[in-house]
Amino acid sequence: MSLEDLREALSKIVDATDIFPRDYQKDGCVLEIRAEADKLEAVAEAAREADFFLECITGLDFTNGLQVIYHFNAFSNLSRVLVRVQLVRNQTLSTISSIYDAAIWYEREVFDLFGIHFDNHPDLRRILLPEDADFHPLLKDFGKVHAFRSTEEIYDEPDA
Amino acid sequence: MTNQMLEPITEQTYYLNMGPQHPSTHGVLRLFLKLDGEYIVEADPIIGYGHRGHEKMAESHLYEQFLPNSSRMDYLSGLLFNHGYVAAVEKMVGIEVPPRAEYIRVICAELNRISSHLLWFGTYVMDLGGFTPFLYCFDDRENILDILDHVSGSRLTYSYCRFGGVAKDIDDEFISATRQFIQRLRSRWDDYHNLVTKNVIFIHRAKDVGVINRELALRFGCTGPILRGAGVAYDIRKAEPYSVYPEMDFEIPTGTAGDALDRYMVRLQEMEQSLRIIEQALDRLPDGPIKAAVPHKVRPPKGDYYFAVESARGALGFYIVSDGTSYPYRLKARVPSYGNLQVLTDVLPGTLVADTISILGSIDIVVPEVDR
Repeated sequence: MSLEDLREALSKIVDATDIFPRDYQKDGCVLEIRAEADKLEAVAEAAREADFFLECITGLDFTNGLQVIYHFNAFSNLSRVLVRVQLVRNQTLSTISSIYDAAIWYEREVFDLFGIHFDNHPDLRRILLPEDADFHPLLKDFGKVHAFRSTEEIYDEPDA
Repeated sequence: MTNQMLEPITEQTYYLNMGPQHPSTHGVLRLFLKLDGEYIVEADPIIGYGHRGHEKMAESHLYEQFLPNSSRMDYLSGLLFNHGYVAAVEKMVGIEVPPRAEYIRVICAELNRISSHLLWFGTYVMDLGGFTPFLYCFDDRENILDILDHVSGSRLTYSYCRFGGVAKDIDDEFISATRQFIQRLRSRWDDYHNLVTKNVIFIHRAKDVGVINRELALRFGCTGPILRGAGVAYDIRKAEPYSVYPEMDFEIPTGTAGDALDRYMVRLQEMEQSLRIIEQALDRLPDGPIKAAVPHKVRPPKGDYYFAVESARGALGFYIVSDGTSYPYRLKARVPSYGNLQVLTDVLPGTLVADTISILGSIDIVVPEVDR
């Protein structure tokens, strides 16, 4: 299975306008998919089907909501796929830990650091912070940060 | 009558905390084990004791200021983390690194990879009861630390790679010491194999223990020697070539069964491949500047970037979101040990407590890297 197979499988799940080719030489990914929260499981299943592994899950905090980034990669050359899920604050997301076991810990980390709740997760506990912590440190309203911006400021507006 | 007395009266399981201060956990890792006699029923690695919030720190520091943090995640292969972070930012900004600097980086990074593998080798064998090889390894490793100390000024937590090049040029003393070290380590292979690889006690402790096959590695996102031990020739240095690795001639050692012995063999062979890379890099070392002209404060354009390198433990990635200022908006380090450690929840159940030591040693984790 290859990237082309994954691309074909994904085109049946998400709209063609939500699939963006990206330049590996420029930013390290070959494909970006913007998925709705309810399509995420189908996307992960397609990735698993195409023999990709889950590289990491990253949370991002913006003034207009949170984002969860999934990186999938294959044990072959240059096939990193980025899946971007936009959430409004306090929106929950379905777990993909039944598809990828790696997601159990990665989702715990995102829950721990961002407070994003994953539905049906088998074991959603804090992982890096003490279990009695009452804050989510990577949210931008915690501690010292340089800036708190909206997604438009970073992805849509041209460079100053 | 006698038979009846030998029957177990009740079946019961109990819990055992292995760590956080257990000598074989190599750092503050706690394994919460549910045991049935000597057999493990459930394993729950508990991490986070060394969480320092590197990713949060990045959000209030300049790109340059974050550089020392990178080598403090994995203190055993700090230069590889250094290289990964610096190369990620260079790619974002579009800095061309002079060839001499890239060669120096590769030489030092491979030396660091060998020192990391040597430390793993020594401590793994010591966990299994062999004390002598540990002393041999530390003797060899000390050599590398001296060489890197000479050029970078530090022994473990390097900040030697800088944006656009390296901090200091290497001299003839460095080159001759490195060449001598290559000779010396090559003369040691026989000792290592006679002491450990052919040792029947070691083989019994490692063979068919902790099998991680391709399927399991894919589900848990394991990379590095664990994945290669399972027979998958996946190495970022070949799959996503960076720096001057495409010009180097080296092989990716792989195993077959994916047990602890395969992972052991893969790492030993990797050290020899690293020696080959260093030799080639020293032979072809070009003249020229060691640092490109870089602005005082780097200011990457808006967007998000992912850059991966092969650390001593597997695929290391830096995912950086830039808002166009000289501070990262978000910096995520995808550390290899995180996935490599999680696989224990699947591998440990059904094995003996004594094998836990062997399995944990063979996956080679660095806990501060997992915790970040």
